[in-house]
Amino acid sequence: MRLGLILGEAGNGLRRNVSMVISVILVTFISLTFVGAAILLQMQIGQMKDYWYDRSQVAVYMCTAVDNTGNCTLAEATPDEIAQVQAELESDTLAPYIDRWEYETHEQAYENFQSQLSDSPIASFMTPDILNESFRINLVDPTDADILIESLSGLAGVQEVADQRGYLDQIFSILNAASYTAIGVAALMLVAAVLLIATTIRLSAFSRRRELGIMRLVGASNRFIQTPFILEGVFAALIGSALAGGAIVAIVQLFVRGYLANSLGPTIGLVGLDEALTVVPILIAVGAALAATSAGIAISRYLKV
Amino acid sequence: MIRFDSVSKAYPGTTRPALNSVSLEVLKGEFVFLVGASGSGKSSFLRLILREETPTKGEVHVLGQHLNSLSSRKVPYFRRNLGVVFQDFRLLPNKTVFDNVAFTLQVIGKSRGFIQEAVPDALKMVGLAGKSNRFPHELSGGEQQRVAIARAVVNKPAILLADEPTGNLDPATSAGIMTLLERINLGGTTVLMATHDVGIVDQMKRRVIELISGQIVRDESRGGYQTSAVPVQSFGTYSGEVAR
Repeated sequence: MRLGLILGEAGNGLRRNVSMVISVILVTFISLTFVGAAILLQMQIGQMKDYWYDRSQVAVYMCTAVDNTGNCTLAEATPDEIAQVQAELESDTLAPYIDRWEYETHEQAYENFQSQLSDSPIASFMTPDILNESFRINLVDPTDADILIESLSGLAGVQEVADQRGYLDQIFSILNAASYTAIGVAALMLVAAVLLIATTIRLSAFSRRRELGIMRLVGASNRFIQTPFILEGVFAALIGSALAGGAIVAIVQLFVRGYLANSLGPTIGLVGLDEALTVVPILIAVGAALAATSAGIAISRYLKV
Repeated sequence: MIRFDSVSKAYPGTTRPALNSVSLEVLKGEFVFLVGASGSGKSSFLRLILREETPTKGEVHVLGQHLNSLSSRKVPYFRRNLGVVFQDFRLLPNKTVFDNVAFTLQVIGKSRGFIQEAVPDALKMVGLAGKSNRFPHELSGGEQQRVAIARAVVNKPAILLADEPTGNLDPATSAGIMTLLERINLGGTTVLMATHDVGIVDQMKRRVIELISGQIVRDESRGGYQTSAVPVQSFGTYSGEVAR
């Protein structure tokens, strides 16, 4: 009986305020889509970090006869110097951080260079002896690269110790900026959504002030009076968040999985449906919680006894 | 039933209190008229009983509850023991007579079965048994007030507060409403009625409490609208003197 009555009241409110309810739905839809996109971008960054950091290496470039940067003096690194670096890598101080390493000779470097840049005109000018020999080191934890850079940069015959993560970090910072932008837009839109819900509920309460007055007079409990209004706000917001959830799934399915995966190839770890489906309940919970809070605050002034 | 102990009520921003040190007691089953000019404090008095206001000074006890310290969570449950009728009826225009009366029972969580029994009873009691499916705008003023009374008493309250219930009605219709209120009073409900209607007060000969500027100047059992101690003529002479 009571439940039916409460739902009926909420339904009446929704019917009476159709245009406001639609605007609440649209605003929550858009804002939560941005929230979802931001969460997905963060997940994407995490996934790419996992994927690429595992494959990223620290390279210790040894001097060649044409280098005069770093510790080089236009002389090829001597076998002693190379052995010195190798000894460091195998020492007790550095060994725990290193997963595995390999040595790349002039010839191997030349082959890699040729295979990667075969279309480029530079490839034909290159000779094996101007490409650095290098140690390619995979770390246990890629974030420990600074330790190697510090301990190896000073050694004789070492031109440069480079952390390949540096190249990736630029990509990640772009993605990060994009996700912060999305969060910023989402925050603004959410403020608009909260205010809109509060206004809608106040309007709805105003149009029912006769009923509210009588309810208070005959002793309806506060909970009974406020529940229909909160349900009204939550219902509108839930439709909006469900739409946002649908949009997120559609974006992942059609754009990320459909378009990006095809054009970028399979190596890049893209977010998939699993991630999208973890985002959807978050969006619905956020939408419902925001709507309930703002509707509850908006209606509270009608409950003062 | 209702006890006021030197109750004062001052609204913020005014120097003159709406009620000034009012003490009185109303017993179970009494029928009390509250008379006085507009602004004399009648409405504040009723609002204090309803716990729509709390007193600035003094103690209010209603139905064994100390209203000064009643928490706002408990106010709704306290109000279920009171019925209220207003001059402007305050019916819901989009609900039928039956639904208007049923609404008060629904919102306090009564069962459907109880409502199906209690509402027709209340409507029969006020003489509207055949009009339960009408809408308020299809009824006369007197009939609308009867609906409002049915709504106020359907939950069998211990106290019925009426704020000028005949203020919008002609004398004949008012008499019918008064008969109804008398009948409710005979059923054991304490009735407290604020009014300006001289004829009704004089005719009913019930307890009369007169307020002037927030103070009780008269509390007579079986009184009239104006006190017999000051004849009406003397007021006429007085105003005549002022005019002269």
